[in-house]
Amino acid sequence: MSDTAVTLTTKKDWSSDQEVRWCPGCGDYGILQAVQQVMPELGVAPENTVFVSGIGCSSRFPYYMNTYGMHSIHGRAPAIATGVATARPDLDVWVITGDGDGLSIGGNHLIHALRRNVNLTILLFNNRIYGLTKGQYSPTSYVGKVTKSTPFGSIDPPFNPLSVALGAEASFVARTHDLDRQHMMETFKAAHAHRGSSFVEIYQNCNVFNDGQFNEITKRSVRDDMMINLVHGEPITFGSDVAKGVTMGDDGTLKIVNVDDVGIDKILVHDKNHHSPSLAFALARLNQDDNSPTPFGIFRSVERAEYASEVSAQVALASEKSGAPDMTALLRSNGTWIVD
Amino acid sequence: MTDTIDQAESAEVLDRLVIRFAGDSGDGMQLTGDRFTSVSASFGNDLSTFPDFPAEIRAPAGTVNGVSSFQVQISDHDITTPGDEPTVLIAMNPAALKADLHRLEQGGTLIVNTDAFDERNLEKAEYASNPLDDGTVTGYRVLRVPMTSLTKDACKPHGVKTRDAERSKNFFALGLVSFMYSRPTEPTLEWISEKFAKNEQVVAANTAAFKAGFNFGETTEMVGQRYEVKPATLPSGEYTSITGNTALSWGLIAAGQLADLPVTLGSYPITPASDILHELSKHKNFGVRTVQAEDEIAAVGVALGASFAGHLGVTTTSGPGVALKSETISLAVSIELPMIIIDIQRGGPSTGLPTKTEASDLNLAIYGRHGEAPLPVVAAKSPADCFDAAIEAARIALKYRTPVILLSDGYIANGSEPWKLPDISNYEKITVPFATETNGTDSEGRDVFHPYLRDPETLARPWAIPGTPGLMHRVGGLEKQDVTGNVNYTPENHALMGDLRADKVAGVARDYEPTQIMGDEDADVCIVGWGSTWAAIDSAVQRCRRNDQKVAWVHIRNVFPLPNDLGDILRRYERVIVPELNRGQLCNMLRANYLVDAQPLSKVAGLPFSAREIQHFVTEGGQS
Repeated sequence: MSDTAVTLTTKKDWSSDQEVRWCPGCGDYGILQAVQQVMPELGVAPENTVFVSGIGCSSRFPYYMNTYGMHSIHGRAPAIATGVATARPDLDVWVITGDGDGLSIGGNHLIHALRRNVNLTILLFNNRIYGLTKGQYSPTSYVGKVTKSTPFGSIDPPFNPLSVALGAEASFVARTHDLDRQHMMETFKAAHAHRGSSFVEIYQNCNVFNDGQFNEITKRSVRDDMMINLVHGEPITFGSDVAKGVTMGDDGTLKIVNVDDVGIDKILVHDKNHHSPSLAFALARLNQDDNSPTPFGIFRSVERAEYASEVSAQVALASEKSGAPDMTALLRSNGTWIVD
Repeated sequence: MTDTIDQAESAEVLDRLVIRFAGDSGDGMQLTGDRFTSVSASFGNDLSTFPDFPAEIRAPAGTVNGVSSFQVQISDHDITTPGDEPTVLIAMNPAALKADLHRLEQGGTLIVNTDAFDERNLEKAEYASNPLDDGTVTGYRVLRVPMTSLTKDACKPHGVKTRDAERSKNFFALGLVSFMYSRPTEPTLEWISEKFAKNEQVVAANTAAFKAGFNFGETTEMVGQRYEVKPATLPSGEYTSITGNTALSWGLIAAGQLADLPVTLGSYPITPASDILHELSKHKNFGVRTVQAEDEIAAVGVALGASFAGHLGVTTTSGPGVALKSETISLAVSIELPMIIIDIQRGGPSTGLPTKTEASDLNLAIYGRHGEAPLPVVAAKSPADCFDAAIEAARIALKYRTPVILLSDGYIANGSEPWKLPDISNYEKITVPFATETNGTDSEGRDVFHPYLRDPETLARPWAIPGTPGLMHRVGGLEKQDVTGNVNYTPENHALMGDLRADKVAGVARDYEPTQIMGDEDADVCIVGWGSTWAAIDSAVQRCRRNDQKVAWVHIRNVFPLPNDLGDILRRYERVIVPELNRGQLCNMLRANYLVDAQPLSKVAGLPFSAREIQHFVTEGGQS
């Protein structure tokens, strides 16, 4: 991160000259707008910013950013970005991935990047479908989903991306959606500010192969009852007519209750900094098995040693201990003898 | 005990000695061989080693599968191989005898640990009767030594527990052969004290065992004549004993220093390449960063990411890992960034023979990618040569902005030889001109950066690294437009880019020195070698020429692109012979490229060639 001086840029400075080629109406447009719009607020320079993506619709993203970028290989962006960030801790490295790219073919790299806590801002566009290959079910598609490759309905139970991230020891986990630019920008800003791996799941509509997948949650008419906005330090409440809240039952599971029925004191207060990921995990799965509302916002944000800094620290320590590089001394290090 | 150098006057002088230590995996044979080698190296012999061990960390004790061997040839003259047949075999148990007796030369010396030839061990080695008594060892000079019990006796006064004492029997064996072959003892005693400094008991046991072995040789009549191998007349200078994997690691560090670039290694543990990861991890003071990745694919991803960011990205692996990395290597070809992929070849296919050598990844290295994805391939020829080969790979990668595959194999990775330390100040610096300025204008006349505007001579594209203002650009696996690097799917552009990528890599051959023809240039026969067959071919050529048979010999360091003068050279010879530890992969390339009737001499047995095999093929002729 270039924290030496605040760089003044405008949204235009972050937009490349390439024509954006997603399908008209794709949720990706909104996400691109949000990212381009938030970048000037981060006080960083385009030349110190790298976007790395895998393969899939969302992975075209780097072409549209006027930064350094690599549109890499299906699933491998977290690994390549780990190389960039480890070599150059001075850079801001973003990873753009999707539900297929990040959770199926690249699942291994994603969990290990999170485990290492490499300083990456990872945006996972979740549209619950394979769009680029024209409509097969993805690892986040629900059981029963009928697609080209599942004419009789999917029988694969899906991943919950946030559960995966939390299980992989992610130090920053958030969820946002493509219809709320302001929320996206706030979330991206916080993710960027976090030192270590930040994981942001973005509910993103694929209007061609999986249109309306998130309508029951994010449509304006239902939002107030179906979305929970997590605010650190505040009771977890929602609801249009009746104030509802989240409380913990005697068996440790989360329950949706009317606030008036239990009293505000019984409503859980959100603590994204809690050292235990248990509550974040439970919140991430609130809507897992039924039609419960879906929490958005920052689920977890804790400080943990950052990988690239640790690597650099070892390099610095070794240099301090062993002194300047001395090739001749290295060649002699296993013992030598002289032939006259 | 006096040092042997002073009192070896009565010893008979040999010009060379091939000794093979064989025992159970837990018997410390690799360590024993290493010690014998180190002492011989510092004594001034030329030498070459061949560690030969099973894939299992501890195969069932006492079985043939669990035998671990270490062969070393020491000589008073320049040698390149660990020798075809041992003149001395130390067999620590029946399984070792079973595994290795057939290698021992007729009339050779066999030293056996008789204590280990009990019923149980004989059964485990599947001997129906005791081979020491049933005529199996007839024709050899057999020294029957109860090493285990003598070691226990020697350790007793030092209060060492019986079980611990037993473990020191390899030092008894080392002491015995140190006497027999007039090796200096002081370096080994010092080494024991240092190596095991943390455990006094172990120092005491190993020291006692070593001395007991030496004294046993001196005091019993059994040994008879002592032998000595005089120092070789190597060129004067400072020497170290080096394995291929260490030389390769140091070569990578040197390349980083010469290019003034930090080295970042992404690697996943795999036999026989892991030692490079271990070695590089130790040298962070050279700015080396190592990432032990979650898998082979991530490892090469880390390397490529580091290269994109302006480091020298390196990944190390063996054949199975190269297969997994293939897609990322293709991306590197497409985005034209420098990267080094190191393949320490082993027996395949699949898991194959992880600890045994083979050179069967040549096709994989040259052709093993989807699409038309050419890249340069460099092959090291000996342990010490791995140093220069690594520097050469880096030089090509950085100059041409291309991934380069560097091939080594298990034989040279683990084998060692004396190496005259190079003067690093004599190495040419590697210049890395990062792009810092825009290099074109757009349709509206504004200064822009064209990431695919190539150097007209090398065809390398500019390397602009993140952090450089004004040169932001995107690269990716989609086909790029010439010059601008924008995504482009037109037929003409794809054809052009394919040509440019191929021409760029082909152009690497312009940098090669003219191909050297060794041996007799005017012979009818020419041997073409690559990689680690260098040593056996060298010995075979010497043998042929001593028998007045003329042989020419060409060794290929750059296996892709092949040297531009190679076709003309090969067409001059009636017979072209290509010995390879594969089923004729280079041979097929030579036939296809040059329409010469090259004959393969194939060996796919997990073992290196012996000089005799090659000599025989040259002399007797092979099937053509």
